[in-house]
Amino acid sequence: MAREISYREALNETLRQEMERDQSVIVMGEDNSGGAGSPAGEQDAWGGVLGVTKGLYHQFPGRVLDTPISESAFVGAAIGAATRGQRPVAELMFIDFMGVCFDQIFNQAAKFRYMFGGKAVTPVVIRTMYGAGLRAAAQHSQSLYPLFTSIPGLKVAMPSNPYEAKGLLTQAIRDDDPVIFCEHKALYDSIGEVPEESYTIPFGEANIVREGDDVTIVALGRMVSVASEAADQLASSGVQADVLDPRTTSPLDTDTILESVENTGRLVVVDEATPRCNVATDISALVAKEAFGSLRAPIEMVTAPHTPVPFSDALEDMYIPDAQRVINAAKSVVEWER
Amino acid sequence: MTDERIQRVTMPKWGLSMKTGKITEWIVSEGDAISPGDDLAEIDTDKIAGTLESTWDGVLRRFVAEVGADAPVGGTIAVVAPAEVPDAEIDAVVEQARAELASGAVEEVAGPVPGTADVHGRSITYSSLGERPETVLLVHGYGGDGNSWLFVQEPLSAEHTVYTVDLPGHGTSTKDVGDGSLDGLADTVLGFLDVQGIERAHLVGHSLGGAIATAVAAKAPERAASLTLVAPAGFGARVNAEYLRGFASATSRRELKPHLTALFADPTQATRQLADDLMKYKRLDGVDRALDTLLGLLLDGDAQGIDAAPLLERVTAPLAVVWGREDKVLPVANAEALAGRVEVRYVDGAGHMPHMEKPNDVVAAVRDAAKGA
Repeated sequence: MAREISYREALNETLRQEMERDQSVIVMGEDNSGGAGSPAGEQDAWGGVLGVTKGLYHQFPGRVLDTPISESAFVGAAIGAATRGQRPVAELMFIDFMGVCFDQIFNQAAKFRYMFGGKAVTPVVIRTMYGAGLRAAAQHSQSLYPLFTSIPGLKVAMPSNPYEAKGLLTQAIRDDDPVIFCEHKALYDSIGEVPEESYTIPFGEANIVREGDDVTIVALGRMVSVASEAADQLASSGVQADVLDPRTTSPLDTDTILESVENTGRLVVVDEATPRCNVATDISALVAKEAFGSLRAPIEMVTAPHTPVPFSDALEDMYIPDAQRVINAAKSVVEWER
Repeated sequence: MTDERIQRVTMPKWGLSMKTGKITEWIVSEGDAISPGDDLAEIDTDKIAGTLESTWDGVLRRFVAEVGADAPVGGTIAVVAPAEVPDAEIDAVVEQARAELASGAVEEVAGPVPGTADVHGRSITYSSLGERPETVLLVHGYGGDGNSWLFVQEPLSAEHTVYTVDLPGHGTSTKDVGDGSLDGLADTVLGFLDVQGIERAHLVGHSLGGAIATAVAAKAPERAASLTLVAPAGFGARVNAEYLRGFASATSRRELKPHLTALFADPTQATRQLADDLMKYKRLDGVDRALDTLLGLLLDGDAQGIDAAPLLERVTAPLAVVWGREDKVLPVANAEALAGRVEVRYVDGAGHMPHMEKPNDVVAAVRDAAKGA
């Protein structure tokens, strides 16, 4: 029986294996070891707010660094260390906090390779948690990956299950470019088959989650399981969906998306981000431009509404795209007539 | 008390991860007399589709699982009994079986038991199924693993303890293939038999595994109770070098999938699931190098790099050879090299993977070779 572990365990195992494999891999972030200065024996109590780095502090002395609560400082430090030969993995608790280190990420890390004639590499990974669903309200629930996707020089990975988490994080750490690694907070306890050995999933290669000829559903991160659930239900009413998980939004596997739409003639994109200038609009524009002749119906986008994530439980539940909305969108494009 | 002559046909466990199966077609009808070896049903799993072969003898009295229905591994899907068992007794068993399926109260089936052995300091993974005095060892081909025997391991386990082994560089075994020589690979297989305490085994090898099994039987004739070769490498010169190189170098599903159609007589067998599983394997650290090293063993330019014919001359054990008529990797013309030695069993409707496409023919060959021992 192939081994099954959680998304959280897959990430932890990847960090451990890559730190064993390569001395230059270091981990830094807030509470990575439970808080420097706490009594001996409790230093590893927590393993980051998400528990992903648990156990690494004692295993790799001096290579798991607790930082002050200053994202601008430690993200900058990680980027600087990357330019000097380390492979830092910085954990930035919530993607919502990325705003205070935009200069370091957008204007420094993303640019070095280009500004120094390809002589500088910045092999930094910024692991961060995104998404709604945990009652964490407007400042801790956003899906901000479209911002990073729009910046040339950054790579953006969005693992949708434990297998993807391990392969994409291994690739991210070994990659010579800065990678924004987006983990959905509702996925940490999801379980799946994960090989014990190390492996890499190349960036820019979509996973075909399921094959069908009636409609293409492109879904990102946590929305992949939502789309799969929808596709199961659609199948029972006779609609066969091709479900694609791009895995990385930058680079984006445009070929697989276009090939699928050329076959199905219909597209639904499911993106938890707010609807203006998100990945759904980006993929829709791609298909409208490159595969217009294949389209047999208008494109549908299933996204969050253009509002902050609400604090009210009831409203937050309505905010997040669910399988029913994906089903409705798929049916509307399948049944569409001019 | 239930009549002991009533037997339950159960959902088989094909491979370690199979949990449920769906009957896509009943090949037999209610009321048909069935005997061991008959094809009973087509079954779909989340990984693969296959044909359920009868190990039962009697009249198929009643279906329990209908076409299109999912049943858990071990769940009763049909009831077999002699014609003289009264209908009322059959009805009672069917009713009970339906209740078990509905409630999920199905006894867990012991599928293949996975294990890891330390062979000459390297980690070799395997699975075993059945507990019989005589052992069968199934050795897969280039780029495959123990799972490729899933349709063969189960039926053989009725009469034998059946092992599959993952060769170095394959499956979950070490990815260190050493010098990648045939001799080295054969030593690993012999070392595996030593570690498991298996003195003699019926050796079965597919493709590269066929050459390896031949080398094992040549090196240690006393260890080989019989030898069954399925589309073996090392006989004749012809080989689809383009397939082998394409398989080794593919880095994405898109690159890989066109090559996989060369494996089967029916190209639709090269499924997305197969390509996915193979990509998961190919992405593992060290696999690239392992496949590349072994490519050097398999190929000499565009011809076969292994000559196993001299090795086979040293083999004294009973021999069976199975070859798919539509083999597009090691063309069936290669079998001529064996014509003087054994009557080759040609399989219609099979390509390079007869143990997946026509598993019953491979099972029959292994049984016949074993009986000759």
